[in-house]
Amino acid sequence: MRKLKEFIIEKLILICGLASIFFVVLIFLFLLKEGLAVFSTVSPFKFLFGKNWYPISDPPQLGILPLILGSLLVTLGAAIISIPIGVGCAVYIAEVAPANLKEILKAGIELLAAIPSVVLGFIGMVTLVPFVKTFFHLPTGLTALSGSIMLAFMAMPTIVSIAEDALYSVPKTYKEGAFALGATHWQTIHRVMLPAASRGIVAAIMLGIGRVIGETMAVMMITGNAAVMPNSIFAPVRTLTATIAAEMGEAVVGSEHYFALFAIGIVLFIISFAINVTADLFLHKRQ
Amino acid sequence: MAKITTKNLNLWYGTFHALKNINSGIEANRITAIIGPSGCGKSTLLRVFNRMNDLIDGVRTNGEVLIDGMNILNGSKDLVTLRKKVGMVFQRPNPFPLSIYENIVFGEKIHGERIRRDKLDEIVKESLESVLLWDELKDKLDKPALSLSLEQKQRLCIARLIAVKPDILLMDEPCSTLDPQATARIEELMRELKDNYTIIIVTHNMQQAARVSDNTGFMLLGELVEFGKTENIFTAPSDKRTEDYITGRYG
Repeated sequence: MRKLKEFIIEKLILICGLASIFFVVLIFLFLLKEGLAVFSTVSPFKFLFGKNWYPISDPPQLGILPLILGSLLVTLGAAIISIPIGVGCAVYIAEVAPANLKEILKAGIELLAAIPSVVLGFIGMVTLVPFVKTFFHLPTGLTALSGSIMLAFMAMPTIVSIAEDALYSVPKTYKEGAFALGATHWQTIHRVMLPAASRGIVAAIMLGIGRVIGETMAVMMITGNAAVMPNSIFAPVRTLTATIAAEMGEAVVGSEHYFALFAIGIVLFIISFAINVTADLFLHKRQ
Repeated sequence: MAKITTKNLNLWYGTFHALKNINSGIEANRITAIIGPSGCGKSTLLRVFNRMNDLIDGVRTNGEVLIDGMNILNGSKDLVTLRKKVGMVFQRPNPFPLSIYENIVFGEKIHGERIRRDKLDEIVKESLESVLLWDELKDKLDKPALSLSLEQKQRLCIARLIAVKPDILLMDEPCSTLDPQATARIEELMRELKDNYTIIIVTHNMQQAARVSDNTGFMLLGELVEFGKTENIFTAPSDKRTEDYITGRYG
């Protein structure tokens, strides 16, 4: 009787485990089936590097380079803002902050992670966008820069919490060794702690960026959504994610436009997958 | 005059009285062993000499610790200068996760101004030679220090210390993770180093204290019970408690 119970539970758990893989494979296959169809009308090269995205003109022009660059620009901007602040915050929490402040900061970071992206987008729209417009004297505040700033807030909790873990798990003996040689606190941090935690910190950054590149709602609300080749961070851009979200509802099922949106999905999938794998490599590779 | 003198030294962790009225005089260019059972305060005493206890919250000390006549317990005492002068080797070898070369020049880099590469090369060679690692490692200075054997790591940690030219070497059970052969070789190294350094070694291994040290202090429950020439402590201890400990009655 007991044996049977064990057997059933074991198999149930096995099914749960396999289910997640099964669904991922199913989703990926569906994505491939719908997305690859677009390449019967447009070559992969023209699709990836075409400069014009006019999906409903006749004939449709399906070049997603402006969208790729839009995503990269917003992501790069967010990375430039969030990496120094995020890593700095992690160092402060792990090494400098007194115990009680540390708890408050950690709770604050978790709270930041808990804000839904649509709320961040909304707040950005009514506060950040007008600010960017007047501060830089632009015709519109709906720019790549606004998107980058808002997304930096979304990447930061990930970067801070994982980088802080990495710093925390550096053996105390390294720190003692550095102090015993007469190193100051700052010398110990930047010459010993940061190099020792570097893998974890790189992983933290990659996961933060992964979150940014897949983010949809906030960017759709505040980057202006102009599917043109971006020429500066002060211009409106359109990201890959926002394109799918904005256009999927109006695309005719089975049309080239529809297939092209799925192909964009494949591109996004590949980018996110690459970022996650890289992060994983850094996180789990041991010296 | 003694190199290090402690006068009525007391230390508390919170309310726990860990060191009680320690009075001692540690001679220059000698190896001084501090022995005693676990928890007797021997490591704590060692960590007073380079103020490593400062890293722990809630530590209070009073009394005096004079190194070359200067009281190092004054709060204003410059810790960087103190720790340059008083180096420490830990129980577990703790090379940094950097290359062998970078480990040795670490001290020079944090203390020095911009230093020329050939000067650094020279420091690396001298330091490794003094711990008898140069021939073994001269061709793999760029290899990660963490790839070395335990004994090599411990030697490297000593080399890393020697590179900052300290006067005093504090060794906190430096052989406890090593096998007997490696232990013998590290002890040999200590004997060679004592011409140039004042060495204090904490050990729970009485044979080791008897083998390498010139002077020995026996600690029990935070008190320095007896302090004197090693041969006297081991052959004719004056305190009953010392005798009981070295004859294996407890510990």
